[in-house]
Amino acid sequence: MIEFKNVSKTFRLGKREVKAVKDVSLSVEKGDIFGIIGFSGAGKSTLLRLVNMLERPTAGSVLIQDIDVSKLSPKDLRTRRRNIGMIFQNFNLFNSRTVAGNVAYPLKLAGGSKKEINKRVQELLNFVGLAEKAKDYPDQLSGGQKQRVGIARALATSPDILICDEATSALDPDTTADILRLLKKVNRDLGITILLITHEMHVIQSICDKVAVMENGEVIESGNVFETFTEPQHETTKRFIRSVQQELPSDQVLEEWRAGGGGKLYRVIFKGDVANDPVLSTVTKKNNVDFNIVYGAVRELQERLFGNLIVSFIGEADAVKNTLSDLHKLVELEEVYSHEG
Amino acid sequence: MKVDWSTFWPRIVEATGETLTMVVATLIFGSIIGITMGLLLFVTRENNILESKLIFQILNFIINIIRPVPFIIFLVAISQLTRIVVGTTIGTAAAIFPMTIVASFTIARVVENNLVSIDPGVIEAAQAMGASPLRIIFTILIPEALGPLILGLTFVSVSLIDFSAVAGTVGGGGLGHIAMTYGYQRFDGSVMLVTVIILIVMVQLAQWIGNTLSKKIMRR
Repeated sequence: MIEFKNVSKTFRLGKREVKAVKDVSLSVEKGDIFGIIGFSGAGKSTLLRLVNMLERPTAGSVLIQDIDVSKLSPKDLRTRRRNIGMIFQNFNLFNSRTVAGNVAYPLKLAGGSKKEINKRVQELLNFVGLAEKAKDYPDQLSGGQKQRVGIARALATSPDILICDEATSALDPDTTADILRLLKKVNRDLGITILLITHEMHVIQSICDKVAVMENGEVIESGNVFETFTEPQHETTKRFIRSVQQELPSDQVLEEWRAGGGGKLYRVIFKGDVANDPVLSTVTKKNNVDFNIVYGAVRELQERLFGNLIVSFIGEADAVKNTLSDLHKLVELEEVYSHEG
Repeated sequence: MKVDWSTFWPRIVEATGETLTMVVATLIFGSIIGITMGLLLFVTRENNILESKLIFQILNFIINIIRPVPFIIFLVAISQLTRIVVGTTIGTAAAIFPMTIVASFTIARVVENNLVSIDPGVIEAAQAMGASPLRIIFTILIPEALGPLILGLTFVSVSLIDFSAVAGTVGGGGLGHIAMTYGYQRFDGSVMLVTVIILIVMVQLAQWIGNTLSKKIMRR
């Protein structure tokens, strides 16, 4: 659907060269919700703008449905852009137009009778749940409502692709969740491929299927969200994951645990179906060992469960040893050391 | 010698009409040229929808040359050009020509300043939807900047009333001419007072119209 082939973008600021995107190759499949995450300045915003040629690549090519968009004439590019909806962090609504006027704008560009346009605007406002706000102006709306208008406007010309530039970064957590649900609905019900950029890991965690992590203009890691989350390779990826789920208790808590005479701690990782089974309980019962869950969480990622528990085992030394080797066959297991230890 | 007010009123009315003609005509011509130039100046800026260093720099240079020249000096300086274009350097029509030039450049800057305050993201959104540059100018730039633009044009109209009085003193007719010949040269304070009051009323009226219109457009 969207294919970046060795794409680079270099900006010239006076005599200085800024390499915003360096040799990126990525491919977004039809029907994906693909997230690109990175800290600010990582180049993700530039990469996103290469999709609809708001920025032009200095090297490489961007294929949209197998067409190299960097080679299109200005007129063909404008037509192609109607197939790529875009929403923004600051919504970018037209303040001189009503809600209905904003949604009608891309339809007027595409041409069509007034009656058809009005009907489609109604349809879209119903879809995003803002039918009663049609005659309001953007400055009368809340942030979440503005983004809904943005989404309705981006979907007006029935695009195959929706690109989202930090679409929830200016919203509060509740509204963010609302908008993310709406984006998921856009993807599921309308079959629209979504490419989004964000610096918030929970956005990736809640709606994306695939993720790419960007740093200094490069994609340092990419793949399925579940695998990337559960087996992060790169330090930056681990930092992002820690922002939504702390895998270990803090050093202070670990110190207190040891000072209080607590035994060895083990990190037990459950993935997918294993998380449904009473693994810990079965194995410890069999070996006549007690267990104590000190810390941890089980969460959902792409509709699969992912558990990360910090556990101590209490019992005879041999029994604990057997427990560990039994567990090792079923789940991932590693001993936890405090940073000092 | 004091004027005879029973016969002088028609002259005042006529002069007021001349002043209004000068201001309104200048505002119309000046707006057409000035808004076009201001839009050009904005869209040819770096990284804008019709970026062109050459056009931007030429326009910018001309505007910067004309604007600092005091109007009364400009008026005299281009009188030869006025004679070629209008055919005379005396009268209302002859005053409209230099006033239009000065107003155009002032309006161009006012328009440019108002356009710069539009959020670039809004223009980007229109581009992303596949709007052409011309379409963006007419359906995004102008409507988005219209409210402040009207306030800017109101500000210009008030200075045009001022310019018309200056033009009046060098043969342009209108209230400035009356104030100069009767009030100043013949020391008739009552004529001066009447012209000043009429000018104040005009300025107030222009400001009121501008405020009302912009308020309506900005819905505030």
